[in-house]
Amino acid sequence: MRFGQLTYDLSHLLGGAVLLLSFVLLYQRRIGTVINAFAMQGMVLAAAAAWAAHAQGVPGLYLTALLAFGVKGLLIPFALHRLVRELNLHRTVETALGVGLSMTAGVALVGLCILVTLPATQDARLLSRESLAFAMSVVLLGMLMMITRRNAISQVIGLLSLENGLILAAIGVTGMPLVVELSTAALVLMLALVAGVFAFQIRERFDTLDTGSLEEHRGERR
Amino acid sequence: MAVVWSILAQALHIALILAAAPLLTGVVRWMKARMMGRRGPHVLQPLRDLLKLLRKRPVLAENASAISLAAPYLAAGAAVAAAALVPSFARGMAFAPLADLILVAGLLAVGRVAMALAGMDVGTPFGGLGAAREMSFAALAEPALVVAALSLAILAGTTNLDAIAGSFRDGALGLRVSLGLALVALLAVAIAENARIPVDNPSTHLELTMVHEAMILEASGRHLALWDYAAQMRLLLWLSLLAAVFLPLGQAPAGSAPHWWVVGLAAWLVKIGGLALGLAAFESAIAKMRVFRVPEFLGAALLLGLLGAVLLFVSTGLA
Repeated sequence: MRFGQLTYDLSHLLGGAVLLLSFVLLYQRRIGTVINAFAMQGMVLAAAAAWAAHAQGVPGLYLTALLAFGVKGLLIPFALHRLVRELNLHRTVETALGVGLSMTAGVALVGLCILVTLPATQDARLLSRESLAFAMSVVLLGMLMMITRRNAISQVIGLLSLENGLILAAIGVTGMPLVVELSTAALVLMLALVAGVFAFQIRERFDTLDTGSLEEHRGERR
Repeated sequence: MAVVWSILAQALHIALILAAAPLLTGVVRWMKARMMGRRGPHVLQPLRDLLKLLRKRPVLAENASAISLAAPYLAAGAAVAAAALVPSFARGMAFAPLADLILVAGLLAVGRVAMALAGMDVGTPFGGLGAAREMSFAALAEPALVVAALSLAILAGTTNLDAIAGSFRDGALGLRVSLGLALVALLAVAIAENARIPVDNPSTHLELTMVHEAMILEASGRHLALWDYAAQMRLLLWLSLLAAVFLPLGQAPAGSAPHWWVVGLAAWLVKIGGLALGLAAFESAIAKMRVFRVPEFLGAALLLGLLGAVLLFVSTGLA
């Protein structure tokens, strides 16, 4: 097993950094730092995409990088910060699971991803297999974040970071059509918009962003 | 001839760390003061404090046992012994075969136990409280250190620090995600071990959340000087360790002639200075966390270290 070449090392490392930032997202409790960590994840993702574009010689990926940087690194975090300021949110994020427990679950999920991904992709190169495992872990950690957080904004960030995982998987695979990525990016913008409106609506109706208060109205809690 | 050089390098290394430890603390304090807009004490102030304290007789409580007498010497001795093992400017020093990461962790643990015992010896509530907290943090910090060491050992094929620094310097391993995770874990452990800001506040003993200072509240005179010196030595040790493993550039290779040492020394000074600057900036920028959040912080470090090791295990196993 040799990892010598810089090209693969660097893309591998950037994938690992995106995964690490997913853990930061899980660990942080304050909504402001969660948004900042998400912005950082978007920027690292952009760097990963730009490096992949350079390494694979696919200029279309530069567009992906630009989109990731502009939309996920700047636009959405900025909008979320504004949302938080306008809604005058209390500063802490309540967690349904404790931080320690959710981190443990996160590590277990990553282990699961590696165990599932590596045998399933026997014939590919080792590094792209591991990068795929990272991308899948980012997806699962995003889901975990949506489960463990009760604040609507944190849940939105979980969803968006899940999408970061999808992009990370896509840039690892050569020959991904650009149309798919563009439509995903558009989808994310729509998603952020809908989530913002949704957050405003919940806030107006229930005076809180705790999605737990929705349960009563669905008749789940009596 | 090589034997002579290695012994000479070791002697120089020990002299260097003995002199540099108080200076490093002084430099970090000065940088922090400047960043916070104060003039700050002179860089040599910790050294002056040490010299003044060493001349003074310790005052012991009436019910102090032999533990209070022996603990400061044990802690300072363990810290110096551990720091003597971590390579600074050259590899292949005389103690290099002993320089095992696990041994360094063990020596650090000896110092910690001595400090906790000294804290509890006289029976003051503060000392016991500090000792209890220190031990509960150590229960997470030590496994994190060992797990990070495990990642390094899998990559380099040995737990010997000298050999790890050598194989990382040669660059045969390249950039690895597990290394990044181990680095994060080690940084968190280093912050906790040195009682730096998000975990503990090194500049006061007037805070209810203090850990390190609470244990040595009773110490005075020579004993206090030794405790302080042990703490300064630990800071130098951790920065040297991080520099040796993660920034191995410029270190003089084993068995090299003394003119390489000058290069290594300059590189070491730059690296330690850079890390000290980073530490000062980090401490100035961040607020201390609540004591009950520290186990979460260290637990996260442990899990990340574990993740790095698992990643290595699985990828080498399934490759």
